[in-house]
Amino acid sequence: MMTLDAVGIHREARVIMIDGGQKIRSYLNTLGIHIGDWLTVVQRAPFRGPVLVEIHGTRVALGRGVASKIQVDMDGVVRQLSGTMEAVGAGK
Amino acid sequence: MRFVLAGQPNSGKSSIFNSIAGYRSATANFPKSSISFTTTKALIAGREVEVVDLPGIYSLTSSDAVAGPAERYLLDEKYDLIINVVDASRLGRSLELTFQLLEFNRPMIVALNMMDEARRRGSEIDHQELSRQLGVPVVTTTSRLGMGLKQLFREGLRHAVFAVPAVSPTYDREVEDAIGRVVTLIDSRDSVPGVPARLVATKLLESDPHLSLRAYRLAPDLEAGVAEVGSLLESTHGWSADQVVSGSRHALAHAVEERVVTHQRPDVGWRDRVDLLLLNQWTGGPLMVAILAGFFWAVFGVGRRVEAPLGEAFNWLQGSVADQFVPGSLAATVADGLVMGLGGGVAIVLPYLIPFLIGLAILEDTGYLPRLAYILDSFMHRIGLHGKSVLPLILGYGCSVPAIMSTRILESEKDRRITAALTSFIPCSARTVVIFGLVAAFMGPLWALAIYLLNIFVVVVLGTVMAKWMKGASPGLVLEIPELSLPDLKTLSAKTWLALKEFIVIAWPLLIASSIVLGVLEWAHAADSINALLSPITVWLLGLPVAVGMTLVFGVLRKELTLVMLVQALGTTEVNTVMTTQQLLTFTLFVVFYVPCIATIAVLAKQLGWRGAAMISGITVVVAMIVSVAGRIAYGLFS
Ligand SMILES: Nc1nc2c(ncn2[C@@H]2O[C@H](COP(=O)(O)OP(=O)(O)O)[C@@H](O)[C@H]2O)c(=O)[nH]1
Ligand SMILES: [Mg+2]
Repeated sequence: MMTLDAVGIHREARVIMIDGGQKIRSYLNTLGIHIGDWLTVVQRAPFRGPVLVEIHGTRVALGRGVASKIQVDMDGVVRQLSGTMEAVGAGK
Repeated sequence: MRFVLAGQPNSGKSSIFNSIAGYRSATANFPKSSISFTTTKALIAGREVEVVDLPGIYSLTSSDAVAGPAERYLLDEKYDLIINVVDASRLGRSLELTFQLLEFNRPMIVALNMMDEARRRGSEIDHQELSRQLGVPVVTTTSRLGMGLKQLFREGLRHAVFAVPAVSPTYDREVEDAIGRVVTLIDSRDSVPGVPARLVATKLLESDPHLSLRAYRLAPDLEAGVAEVGSLLESTHGWSADQVVSGSRHALAHAVEERVVTHQRPDVGWRDRVDLLLLNQWTGGPLMVAILAGFFWAVFGVGRRVEAPLGEAFNWLQGSVADQFVPGSLAATVADGLVMGLGGGVAIVLPYLIPFLIGLAILEDTGYLPRLAYILDSFMHRIGLHGKSVLPLILGYGCSVPAIMSTRILESEKDRRITAALTSFIPCSARTVVIFGLVAAFMGPLWALAIYLLNIFVVVVLGTVMAKWMKGASPGLVLEIPELSLPDLKTLSAKTWLALKEFIVIAWPLLIASSIVLGVLEWAHAADSINALLSPITVWLLGLPVAVGMTLVFGVLRKELTLVMLVQALGTTEVNTVMTTQQLLTFTLFVVFYVPCIATIAVLAKQLGWRGAAMISGITVVVAMIVSVAGRIAYGLFS
């Protein structure tokens, strides 16, 4: 498991957890970023700038602070929305 | 009849609105560009209909206890039809809002907009199937080209007349169970008057701060019950209730998307290639500098070429009008003031204002501004803000008033306050007119550029100090980057006209009136005493001619006034024959920094309270004095 700010350019990753409370979570949700979604890192700005991700055909810029709160997985293990709390819990 | 346009930011609501309203609502290619709502009356198939353009929302769940204007409108106002504008090229995400809007159980119709964009991306959408899935009519539109809009409003009208309520979507079984249980808890209590209980239940499970506050205030015992249902949901899913509900909606939205969209190969066009360069980690920064510098040179180049002949014509007019009157009489003074005010607007203000407004409109409509926010994010972190603050700051180069209002796109209170304060320091187009008309015209464009850079430096210092001094956390940058687009001529000219009208209707009459007042004051030697009163600052501290005192007083009304008044006070447009370059520089620096105009102080007061606004105004005067004295001394040393 790693966080989004460590994912390289052109790599795909799957969101498995969003740290940092309900507020930030619902905020990302409204932009279409949910647990279980695949996203692609398109660009990474220099000087610890934001990462640009493509998700569901939209591009979203995420500051490094926010990106470091998004836990992702790159091996493609599918975690369904319901019923696999063990897998998510174990990764914690 | 009243129709509301609701949809996610950048879906084209304002474009649809403008198609029936004439150009009234500002379109811009960045999220949450509409700050408050605009309404218009239109005739649709012979019926008068009021149409409301709401600000864009990604979701109905508000992030604050204070709901945004769009959520509040949808919850509390009366309307007969929701026109849900959906960006067809981002169907899945847009449907998440659509499902929430369905829960209002009001007549609703979907405008499947940006069909051209969807096609370009290789998506084929079966809108009839979408209509079946949603249970409401779906009309395809391309609002930029005006396609499908007539049909949209016709269909909308028919739907509103028959008043067919929309039906709520069905989520996962567990979620439905939970919602059902909360609905039972709410029961017959009108927890939030006028809003369907099911919608309230869903939002309570999602811990929506605004609706929770309202519902629990009227029914305090509800809270424990909802918490119980929520924790049950959590124990079966392993995620908090809010995530389960929004996750379920997300899954439903994407399931529907998959059913109705067939993907083909998208064309990789020039836009994607350009965008790659604009956002690239190596080329993004240099291109930004090049674009902003090009903007600056273009405004200066055009302005200077237009200004010279106009200035001559203006001097000739002034001379020939003066010949008609007895020199020194009151009539001559009033006539001169009138000519000054009228001509000053055309010859001095407009040559720089128009190219500047066009340039800014281009930056806005191409979608370059959010890219600036992306590129400048790490720089803004150094000030203690983040990239999104760049948007209000850049808009501040146009006019401080809407720019300060746009600070509401920022999530944290601290960011909003600091950015609002800093935005008032950014030289707006009125101050730009002074910078170009005095410094660039008489000292050269590099000096003008130096003033802008100095201004940015001051803003950085102030921002750093304020960020250190104020408490509060900021979530950091989360910003959608829309597609680049070519600005189209119609929007561009309409937008420039909208901004220009503000100058013509408000500033110009003020300019003329002030010119006459100043003339009369001078004629009656009343200006002298005010000038004398200000002379410790103007003459002693800044080394300026005593006559500029009055111009600075008028400048508080509108910053353009300082330039026109200066010309009048000195009696010539060849300002450089009366003032030294050092004086021009000092004067301009002072004008750029001291008290933003009255209108700006008023919005600052709305955003920060009167104390805040007064404090900022005080700081601007101190900063203006420090900067202009420093400029005066530095210029004296090096020349
Ligand atoms: N390609 C395309 N662009 C559009 C269409 N409608 C609007 N736009 C552009 O999308 C951007 C956002 O439009 P706007 O009306 O301000 O959206 P709002 O935020 O929903 O009010 C602007 O740059 C418009 O020119 C359309 O049908 N096709
Ligand atoms: Mg709008």
